[in-house]
Amino acid sequence: MDLTFSERELAFRDELREWLADNQLAGEPRYEDEDAHYAWRRDFQRRLAEGGWAAVHWPVEYGGRGATLTESAIFFEELARAGAPLPANVLGLLLAGPTIMTWGDASQKERYLPPILTAEEIWCQGFSEPDAGSDLASLKTRAVRDRDGWVVTGQKVWTSGAQYSKWCMLVARTDTEVPKHKGLTYFLLDMEQPGVQVVPLRQITGSPEFNELFIDGARVPEENVLGGVGNGWKVALTTLMNERAGLGFFLQVRLRQQLDRLVGEAASSGGVDDPVVADRLGDLHLRTETLRLMAYRGLASIERYGQPGPEGSLTKWLWSDTNQQLTQLAADLLGPSALRAGNPWAYELLRARGNSIEGGTTEVLKNIVAERVLGLPKAR
Amino acid sequence: MHFDLTEDQKEIKRVARELLAERSPMSRVRLAAEGGGYDSALWREVVALGWPGIAVPEAFGGQGMGAVELAVLAEELGYACAASPFLSVAVAASVIACAGTDEQRSRWLPGLADGSVRAGLGSAELAADAAGADVVVLIDDSGEARLVESPVCEPIQTIDSTRSYATVAGGDSEAPLGLGAADRVRAALAAEVVGLSQRALDMSLAYVKERKQFGVPVGSFQAVSHRCAQMLLHTESARSTAYFAAWAADADPARLPEAAALAAAAAADGGREVAASAIQAHGGIGFTWEADVHWLYKRAQLDSALLGGASRHRQALARMVAARVAVPTG
Repeated sequence: MDLTFSERELAFRDELREWLADNQLAGEPRYEDEDAHYAWRRDFQRRLAEGGWAAVHWPVEYGGRGATLTESAIFFEELARAGAPLPANVLGLLLAGPTIMTWGDASQKERYLPPILTAEEIWCQGFSEPDAGSDLASLKTRAVRDRDGWVVTGQKVWTSGAQYSKWCMLVARTDTEVPKHKGLTYFLLDMEQPGVQVVPLRQITGSPEFNELFIDGARVPEENVLGGVGNGWKVALTTLMNERAGLGFFLQVRLRQQLDRLVGEAASSGGVDDPVVADRLGDLHLRTETLRLMAYRGLASIERYGQPGPEGSLTKWLWSDTNQQLTQLAADLLGPSALRAGNPWAYELLRARGNSIEGGTTEVLKNIVAERVLGLPKAR
Repeated sequence: MHFDLTEDQKEIKRVARELLAERSPMSRVRLAAEGGGYDSALWREVVALGWPGIAVPEAFGGQGMGAVELAVLAEELGYACAASPFLSVAVAASVIACAGTDEQRSRWLPGLADGSVRAGLGSAELAADAAGADVVVLIDDSGEARLVESPVCEPIQTIDSTRSYATVAGGDSEAPLGLGAADRVRAALAAEVVGLSQRALDMSLAYVKERKQFGVPVGSFQAVSHRCAQMLLHTESARSTAYFAAWAADADPARLPEAAALAAAAAADGGREVAASAIQAHGGIGFTWEADVHWLYKRAQLDSALLGGASRHRQALARMVAARVAVPTG
């Protein structure tokens, strides 16, 4: 057991810290100004790519650093610690890239990977549909073969970043005659065509972070099938498996920063002297630290066994729960001013409600824990 | 960075699990609890294995291992809910080894390691195994630990009859223990709670997979399976913090105060939650004397009391964060 970084890991961290210090970003635009904020993140990724930091976990041959899991965790921790944003093309870097590396042929890798690194081509994820959320395999978007490729018709939802995307990781049904998991195919869909319409989806925060995607006769050439026709479920699982690997560390540090900010604000008004307040703040600290420790246990487990242990499936659940409690406590401690429109805590309070839904609802996560970790019979 | 037990530590855990499953099944725990005394055959075996001296230097007749190995054994004896003075003796020995004076070490360690000296552990108002003990490690409200020799005790009957408890009014002599003593006690107690929680979860899983209502195993109902998932979250949270505290005790003492507070806060509430959930998951049978989950619930309640409750540790954590936030050190 060793909870200290190795010489190599420390060297990696220090090199990154130095780079981040030398490449500090000019003022962050407000969240509400979506386009400016996105441009800011895109600019940041260009700089990361120039410095060779855009995708540390990618193999060296594809422009990464071949970083270990721990180094990759350090990367996201340091990014958050420096107050830097997630790179604009985060879905390309974490999801599309690794999926193409696993399933793509040589020409697909050559075509798609380099512009992911530089944020030249942004990616979005076309999985969920209005009638296929947690039950993804029941999706209805159809792809029909014609003389020189595929014609796609259907609707996708919760597509974050679609308005900036050149490409979409699209899962569509290509065979209606076989069981639902078997009739799916994974496509690389060009978003810049008349058959694809992006409609912003306004959230409870008021801002449109997600989109709906209306696809009507969009065309996909044969060479844009990834992993073979009818193999879409397996390819999609590769994408989903990559979903939270490094991101968890970033989110954990963000949580830590939010909590430190709240403790700071509470302490300045003497709040920490109140045993009830101290109890609740201490509980959030406990949860936040537990999250970090569990994430590191998860890394050790992946390194040893090639897959996360029981704690791996628990961290997303714990994170969303903790973030919701933290933002609620902020509203309690700071009083009505925290609920004024435009107050950053008001935004966080509302945004946190999405945490237990996006990327797998807490209910589904509990089912996964119960069935795959605890070996309980399939839920009813 | 590798946050996992080493192969050797896993081997200690595996051996302890197997041995205790055979020597201290719930039927033996029940026998001891109903008869009001410790399982002396088990204690002889524990002594023969050298477990009381697991964290005592070899020069004093111990195994020369550390706080993580002690935590592993505490976890496994907790898993068994063993009716044994192991925890008090092994933890007192480890605390004296790390935070005692040379005189205290040579005086107490050989006897504790070979099982001939008995120790107690806790506070003046609640100390485990103090009655009849030669020496007691007591922690006061401010978190200071001291060593009390030939304690004057008043045995008390608690709801946990798998362990003996007493109040301590004083003793022949008292001497303060060095830095980290109280935190080491908390780390080990938290590890015991991890074991209790894991056992409560395992017993519940076995039951809800077996028990059928409406023609199906009750574990297939989400109301039940989600409860079990919550039990796992509590157990793994307690485990992550308890292992961190045990590791910090030897490897990074500067982080021990925070690590021990995290472990204590997670265990003091988590153990009770998980054991209470186990009673609920067992339904009506879980409320009967015959179902063994109540031993775990009772031990979890007493462990929580020995830890001083979760709230005090959460408040201490908040003060630590406030101090760090106020003075940024980079």
